[in-house]
Amino acid sequence: MLSDRPSALLKISAMAGLLFLHLPILLIFLYAFTTEERTYAFPPPGLTTEWFAAAWARPDIWEALSLSLRVAFIATLLAMILGTLVSAAMSRAKFFGREQISLLILLPIALPGVITGISLRSAFGIMDIPFSTLTIILGHATFCIVIVYNNAVARFRRLSGGVMEASADLGANAFQTFWHILLPNLGTALLAGGMLAFALSFDEVIVTTFTAGQQATLPIWMLEELIRPRQRPVTNVVAMVVFGATVLPILLAYYLTRNGSETAGAGK
Amino acid sequence: MTVPAIFAARGSADRLTGLFWRRPRLLLVLLLTPPLLWLGVVYLGSLATLLLQSFYSIDEFSGVVVPEFTLKTYAELLRPANFDVILRTVVMSAAVTLGCAVLSFPIAYFAARYAKGRWKAVFYLGVMLPLWSSYLVKVYAWKLILAKEGIITWAASATHTTAALDALLALPVIGGNSLSTSYLGMFAVFVYVWIPYMILPMQAALERVPTSMIEASADLGATRAQTFRTVILPLALPGVVAGSIFTFSLTMGDYIIPQIVGNSANFIGMAVYQLQGTAGNIPLAAAFAVVPIVIMLIYLGLAKRMGAFDAL
Repeated sequence: MLSDRPSALLKISAMAGLLFLHLPILLIFLYAFTTEERTYAFPPPGLTTEWFAAAWARPDIWEALSLSLRVAFIATLLAMILGTLVSAAMSRAKFFGREQISLLILLPIALPGVITGISLRSAFGIMDIPFSTLTIILGHATFCIVIVYNNAVARFRRLSGGVMEASADLGANAFQTFWHILLPNLGTALLAGGMLAFALSFDEVIVTTFTAGQQATLPIWMLEELIRPRQRPVTNVVAMVVFGATVLPILLAYYLTRNGSETAGAGK
Repeated sequence: MTVPAIFAARGSADRLTGLFWRRPRLLLVLLLTPPLLWLGVVYLGSLATLLLQSFYSIDEFSGVVVPEFTLKTYAELLRPANFDVILRTVVMSAAVTLGCAVLSFPIAYFAARYAKGRWKAVFYLGVMLPLWSSYLVKVYAWKLILAKEGIITWAASATHTTAALDALLALPVIGGNSLSTSYLGMFAVFVYVWIPYMILPMQAALERVPTSMIEASADLGATRAQTFRTVILPLALPGVVAGSIFTFSLTMGDYIIPQIVGNSANFIGMAVYQLQGTAGNIPLAAAFAVVPIVIMLIYLGLAKRMGAFDAL
């Protein structure tokens, strides 16, 4: 008889795997306090909080942060509208071209980001569209649609058509049904999708380098620091902020949907 | 007084509702038009321009793009210098996929079969957070780890294994001056960054392996190793293939990790980035970008045959 207890080896390697996934990020937190400015010496020779003040006083960081927030906010909003529309259509009926549409939605994240990036860039180039905040948003919204779609379509599937018919029987028109029945039922799924889309957009760098021109979002600012380091500990502080700004929405998305059959975030 | 069975419409909203009811297709079209316009114009339009550009060529003397149909640019991909880039990228992608599969297995297996209640949540969040958290922050963390003065060198000297580390770095091809300038280091970063994409589908597939089959295998006298080889692995394979789609595709398209870690050898993503940027050779960049698309299409075709899409 096979005992249903994990072997010690499996247990240890599973735990080690989890630690492997998280320790590197904790290391960044430690390095944000180091007194060593020029190298990545470990262990840090001393601890200080001066880099937080230094990061706070840097206008270029604030500019990048505000651009990132603006882009993520608008791209998420667009993706939520478009993603909800397409998931509503896909859950309603079987129609010609349904499979093709679902592939089309998936394509922007299934293909490597560098392809999405260079495609957009060459299209902007041919049409003489100058790089602006709008071009960044255009790219981000495109790959955020699928995130919202994935969350919304799972909820639509669980939602029985009965409640909408009942609403119609009681005399509500399509808009009243949408507002009073559909939206409250979809709410948390949409919010979770939006949170994940926001996190994805906030830290996207591959597509953004192609569509940003001279502007710097926070990830682009970080990338430049990575290639040509200037004030290494300040970069650590920014990395902490970026990490926090992506992790909080993800945790929220998880708590919003954890009781359902379609917990958010199972696929990116 | 009799009340009519059909109420009069109270306004345009009611009239529209009636119209949607009589013609469900109309609503469908209205719902689909904005997202399809967006994806069709912005995304497919851009992909089409890319494809078109790859059939153009660049004038070698003036450096100006010649908008005439030619296969010359694709032929250039076969030049040894360019073909090496493709080969190197594919080999690295395959190695990373394999590395992810091996390292994922204990986590996925434990989470699927033994983790219960709170531990299940810990494992789920434990994999999901690194999946979604900032890509760049993760790469940056590894730059700190792999640096010559960093934590690995420190750990090696603290445990008196510096000689082993040096021997590892002295290996031909994969070794190098330090971990952060070797293929070994690049491989580690790639595996770290993409491994959550492998764990989740693998775990989903393993969760679907019925416990009764594992028990039956044990009842029939199979050892643990035999059960693993003949029962668990074949049933979990679609999940592994599903995960490998992500790890393979993501490694192939990445251009940031090879830029930050490694010996500055070129990869497809980097080639695309440099060719369109500093070199200004958009046709060749486009042709390079088509390579991962073609490889992924072949890969997806094979994966579909192995039933990987049911495991997604």
